[in-house]
Amino acid sequence: MQLLQVEKLTKHFGGLTAVSGVDLEVERGEILGLIGPNGAGKTTLFNLISGTFAPNAGKIIFNGESIGGLKPNYICRKGLVRTFQTVKIFPEMTVFQNVLMGSLFGSEGKSWPEATGQAREILDFTGLSHLSDVPAGSLTLVNQKRVEVARALATRPQMLLLDELMAGLNPAEVAEAMELVTRIRERGITIIMIEHVMKAIMNICKRIIVLHHGKKIIEGTPEEISTNKTVIEIYLGEEEQAHAGS
Amino acid sequence: MTNLSMTVKKNIPYIAISVLILALLAAVPFFSKPYTVVLLKNILMFAALTLSWALFSGPTGYISLATAAFYGVGIYTAAYLGKVLPLPVMVLCGGLASFLLALIIGAITLRLRGIYFAIFTLSSVELIKQVLHWFEITVLGTRGRPVVKISNTTVYYVVLLIVVLLMVTTYFLKRSRYGLAMSSIGSCEDAAAHIGINVTWVKVLTFALSSFFIGLTGATTATGLIYIDSHIAFDLNYSFFPTLMAIFGGIGNVFGPVIGAAVFSYLREILITRFPYAYMIIFGAVMILTILYLPNGIIGLVQTIKDKVLGGKDATASSRKVN
Amino acid sequence: MISFINILVNGLLMGGIYAITAVGLSMQYGVARILNIAHGEFIMVAAFLTWMLHTTLGINPILCLAIVGPILFVLGYLVRHYLFKTLKEKTPSPAAFEGNSMLMAFGLLFVIQSLATYIWGKNIVGYDFMRYSVYLGEIRFAANRLVIMITAVIICFLFYLFLTKTRTGKAIRASSQDPDAAALMGVDINRMLTLCFALGALMAGFAGVLLSMEYKLDTFMGMGHTIIAIIVMVLGGLGSIPGSLVGGFILGIFYGIVSGIEPGLTEAAYYLLFMLLLLFKPSGLFGR
Repeated sequence: MQLLQVEKLTKHFGGLTAVSGVDLEVERGEILGLIGPNGAGKTTLFNLISGTFAPNAGKIIFNGESIGGLKPNYICRKGLVRTFQTVKIFPEMTVFQNVLMGSLFGSEGKSWPEATGQAREILDFTGLSHLSDVPAGSLTLVNQKRVEVARALATRPQMLLLDELMAGLNPAEVAEAMELVTRIRERGITIIMIEHVMKAIMNICKRIIVLHHGKKIIEGTPEEISTNKTVIEIYLGEEEQAHAGS
Repeated sequence: MTNLSMTVKKNIPYIAISVLILALLAAVPFFSKPYTVVLLKNILMFAALTLSWALFSGPTGYISLATAAFYGVGIYTAAYLGKVLPLPVMVLCGGLASFLLALIIGAITLRLRGIYFAIFTLSSVELIKQVLHWFEITVLGTRGRPVVKISNTTVYYVVLLIVVLLMVTTYFLKRSRYGLAMSSIGSCEDAAAHIGINVTWVKVLTFALSSFFIGLTGATTATGLIYIDSHIAFDLNYSFFPTLMAIFGGIGNVFGPVIGAAVFSYLREILITRFPYAYMIIFGAVMILTILYLPNGIIGLVQTIKDKVLGGKDATASSRKVN
Repeated sequence: MISFINILVNGLLMGGIYAITAVGLSMQYGVARILNIAHGEFIMVAAFLTWMLHTTLGINPILCLAIVGPILFVLGYLVRHYLFKTLKEKTPSPAAFEGNSMLMAFGLLFVIQSLATYIWGKNIVGYDFMRYSVYLGEIRFAANRLVIMITAVIICFLFYLFLTKTRTGKAIRASSQDPDAAALMGVDINRMLTLCFALGALMAGFAGVLLSMEYKLDTFMGMGHTIIAIIVMVLGGLGSIPGSLVGGFILGIFYGIVSGIEPGLTEAAYYLLFMLLLLFKPSGLFGR
């Protein structure tokens, strides 16, 4: 059964079309990878699905309900939550308080002890228990990202959007993050992840979508994607530009 | 809220001192000169405005400069309804009128962040003042109006009550779920919205609540003014003073704004008649120095010293979050 | 028809002074990220200095541009060097710096305004300068207004040349567009920001000198000019000098129209326009 269906989703910024007629379907329980060069519209797509911006056209159906154009707090309460490319935590609050915020506000009518208990469980699950009383702003990048994921999980989502979870992490940290993503899926949470770390995405995802200039170019298994000519050209083109620029 | 009783226990000395001070303040009119009552009334008035300002701007980090607008609405309510309604009802009307105005301003300014919010709220004071001025002169043909006079002692007690209400509200709000939502907006608004907090609702409602108290204060203290017009009621200084007093005192806890208000309104009392410019120069200079060297205000300074003396924990934990 | 032309002409005459007011603020906010609420106080100080120089020493107001301008430049330099630079070093995030620097500018406003009132008193002052009319065909111009407008446009034009053609000007623009890249190219960003703030004060100085040639002065005039400067800056887009000129002329014409309909509401109309702009077009009429 489809958990998320996106149809002909479009977003303009002034004259620029950031996302153009994108179709997307996500099965319950899967991990979908979203790749593409910089400026391809990946984060904008997340922004539209999670309610940061309202789309100009197109439909977003989550759990059989249309959520396009809803404010992010409503979308979160329906069970769809995201993390950000640039970490957005509450730096002055402790790690525990950060996660508690997620469990207090992510779903309705939760009592204080319930929320506290749930936050502790999530801290255990994400391996942050030993840091729970540290101000989140003083943590290293990898731990801040972990806090953000933990806070998102504390909202009890059915679907989690991860925006470049692995960017800026060293190989050992990437391995840990991959393991965390797999365990999240095992909790029954469906995941879409934007990632530049190819090794990670090829290993974790069964299905990958490539975006380029706001359009969906191709969709397929990791093998299909990694051998696809168009995809290789897109990435090679980007590399060449990068070299020419430097 | 399981640890509420614990919090209360831990704060018993503070609560005891507060009750003692409150008892003293309540007894003042019985044994002191009328001048002392007036002086304390003015200090309490600024304490009320500053606490109200800090109630919204403290945790959310949105710098509101619309205090004068809500204060002015309270004053005008007193001028119009003071003769026809009993004091408590009239004061409540002032609060409600400000509450409604704040709902409107809050709803319009939702999309503005940072300094844009500040200058928008500042302009709203001027806009109201100018339009009212024009309306009074061209349509009503009069400028200003008298306000019904009420004894200083009565006003003193009402303002004292408002301050106590504000301190209690601030204290409990801060420790509630709603208070956490407010601080999360000041900390990272995008994140707050994405974990299920209705940031719009929280912001507008808190803004309106803080304005309710400002309106109460305006309606109460207006009775000491005798005559008002748009320029007296909507004086921008009533936006600036509470902002500085709160920043000077520190918004880390409920006593900071009160300390800031007490210091500056006392200074104002002794300087304003004899050296009016000196007061404003000191005011501005302290504002600059506070922002530069006392980012957490007097309360922050006290905290730092206390931590140093006790060799205690991290002093930056209660760091200020303007913006 | 004539009245329409009059509104237009009057608007254009006001526009020059509005533009120069805004160019200064635009430098300070667009590049140094300081929304200098005390901008109008700098203008007021310059206007009073000109009044003093003219009435006590008999110096021609035009000549005062060369005296008062540099004084304000130095003042701006000191303010940024001793106050805002220190604040910037102590404030980690750009957003917090914007908020705190605005609050600090309020403090500066009180200090400058009260000092000025202490020195110059509460009275309204002014002097006469070229108070006669000149005719261009059917249309009558106040001579001093014409001089003010032409001087303002020339100053804006020269300033524009400075920013686009000179090495320093290019460094300033680079610092505003991409501070990191500019720093990599060897531009001393901190010095540039101080220079920008001082240049903003210089422009405030010129604006003050020009204003004093036509208007009555009092020490509480600053806030109104700050608001005008912010409106024009928002209208024309941050940091754009041609934008400020166009914005200035638009606001001038707006002033002409409103004061033609209901003079009592001119100030209110400014604030309303400003609030609408903030809500619907904060990136400026010519912004993206």
